[in-house]
Amino acid sequence: MGDEQAFLEYVQGGGQVETGDWMPDEYRAKLVKFIEMHGNSELMGVLPEREWILRAPTLQRKLALTTKVQDEVGHAQLIYRVVEDLGKPREHCLADLVDGKAKFHNVFHYPTKTWGDVGVIAWLVDAAAIISQKALLKCSYAPYARIMKKICWEESFHILHGRDVILAMVTGTPAQFELVQEALDRWWGPLMQFHGNPISKDEDPMYVWRIKSQGNEEARQQFLEGYVPQIWELGLTVPDSKLRRTDDGVWEYSEPDWDELKHVVTGHGPRTEERLAFRRRFLDQEKWVRDTVLAA
Amino acid sequence: MIYEVFRQERKGQPFEHAGSVVAPDTEFAEAWAREQYGRRGESNALWLVPRDAIHDVEDWADEFDLKYRRVDGYSIKARLKEARERAAARAR
Amino acid sequence: MNELLLGLADDELVIGWRDSEWTGIAPMLEEDVAFSSIAQNEIGHARAVYELLSDDADALAFDRAPGEYRCAPLVQLHLLEWAHTIARRWLYEVADEIRIAELMSEVPVAAKINREEAYHRMHAEMWHERLRDEPRFQAAVQELWPYALGVVLPEQRAELAARVKLDEVDAIERGTFDDSFAALHEEMTMVRRSAPAGAQW
Repeated sequence: MGDEQAFLEYVQGGGQVETGDWMPDEYRAKLVKFIEMHGNSELMGVLPEREWILRAPTLQRKLALTTKVQDEVGHAQLIYRVVEDLGKPREHCLADLVDGKAKFHNVFHYPTKTWGDVGVIAWLVDAAAIISQKALLKCSYAPYARIMKKICWEESFHILHGRDVILAMVTGTPAQFELVQEALDRWWGPLMQFHGNPISKDEDPMYVWRIKSQGNEEARQQFLEGYVPQIWELGLTVPDSKLRRTDDGVWEYSEPDWDELKHVVTGHGPRTEERLAFRRRFLDQEKWVRDTVLAA
Repeated sequence: MIYEVFRQERKGQPFEHAGSVVAPDTEFAEAWAREQYGRRGESNALWLVPRDAIHDVEDWADEFDLKYRRVDGYSIKARLKEARERAAARAR
Repeated sequence: MNELLLGLADDELVIGWRDSEWTGIAPMLEEDVAFSSIAQNEIGHARAVYELLSDDADALAFDRAPGEYRCAPLVQLHLLEWAHTIARRWLYEVADEIRIAELMSEVPVAAKINREEAYHRMHAEMWHERLRDEPRFQAAVQELWPYALGVVLPEQRAELAARVKLDEVDAIERGTFDDSFAALHEEMTMVRRSAPAGAQW
């Protein structure tokens, strides 16, 4: 029915694929796994942040954080719809997630400890995510590329919010400044691991199939180029003495702990079990609602 | 049921496909689409259509290369140049 | 009047806080998004009314001792279970509509709030229709009914009973605090209390 080589040339030439089109089994499988992981990440990302909605120190911050997290749930909805249309029902995705059979991004396996984390997550973690997401605007699979437009638009509000939270604290009391620095110190490691190990683009199946349009290292460099100057100009420090920009505009840094990344994304992060259990508890508890309402 | 959501950003603009929601009926679909596609005031209006109601059209036959129906079927340049030259000559 | 307005604001703040607890864990993703909008509207309503009563809405919202809040016991209850949550939403919206109607002629912001509540009422009614034959929903309504009566003034209770088609019973009045309220207040204010009064966030 289809020619895998021709398909490869088609997508590498910028060709777009729609849901009903023929696609090689490997492309479909990799696509579903990648997109599902994204959906899982949006959903799991909600859990560390929702606690802080309840603790927000002003009404405006409460509203801004609620709307940010709402966006993330909305993104999960958009993303799972794409996976569903590729043939994997949402219930299966969620079951695999809570059973530990599916992955989600490293950053959402870590604890949040203070309001400083709220700022750092919205400012830097979301920034790292946006860089990947902008690259996905060119994904060869068109339904996914299309939802990325709405996702990227909404994420731009998050960065504004994050920056605002951070700026309020770094111009507040010394204790508030310390909250930001301390949070940054904890999040730097996971942030540097976020874009994945520096596998060459041409060896990365995601790039070969043009599911991703950017290599891992390229994404990380973009993050450093965009955000380290912002961090430094606020008087904050980055906990990496080797971090520097060469004259060629390339950022050098200490080798991230790839073992930690692997360990965490395979379900052994500090908060993995607890968060999956929390999600499982509510999935089970409210199953009757889905059975009652969706059985149309 | 899957409801496709078409979104009109501002009055006068076309409705464009924006995504879909899974809902048991139009009441739920509306309640949910309103927030997913309008909470930031980004939509002037929505159309919600059950996916089953949408009829797909994708195959086209163009066996005889009917150029007259397309812009590339007309080569106006050469004749326009000639017409202008003749008009200029008549004017002298 | 100020007492009524403070009650309204505190109700909206606390039910908004309780409704925010569903963020990320609602029964379906589409509902999660919609429910979050309702919670945000409630916080927004609280803020609008606090701004009528004080120059510093945040101080009024967060800096009182738990016993100084005028919220009805209904909104304080910790109900992280869907049948109870919808039962509360539904009862609260009917009660709120009655309460707000009384305030609209005196307070312009009440009319704005009322218009935004139209979506909340549609949402609550939609769920009520779907769940009304479910035993656990009916049980939840029965359980929350005395609390719901406490949202409105005594002279408004007959109207509330008529609208929800339940017999009037003794109300659980404002001024009483659910056991969970102290913990709610603690969590709600913990970050704010960690910095000196007037600190910027």
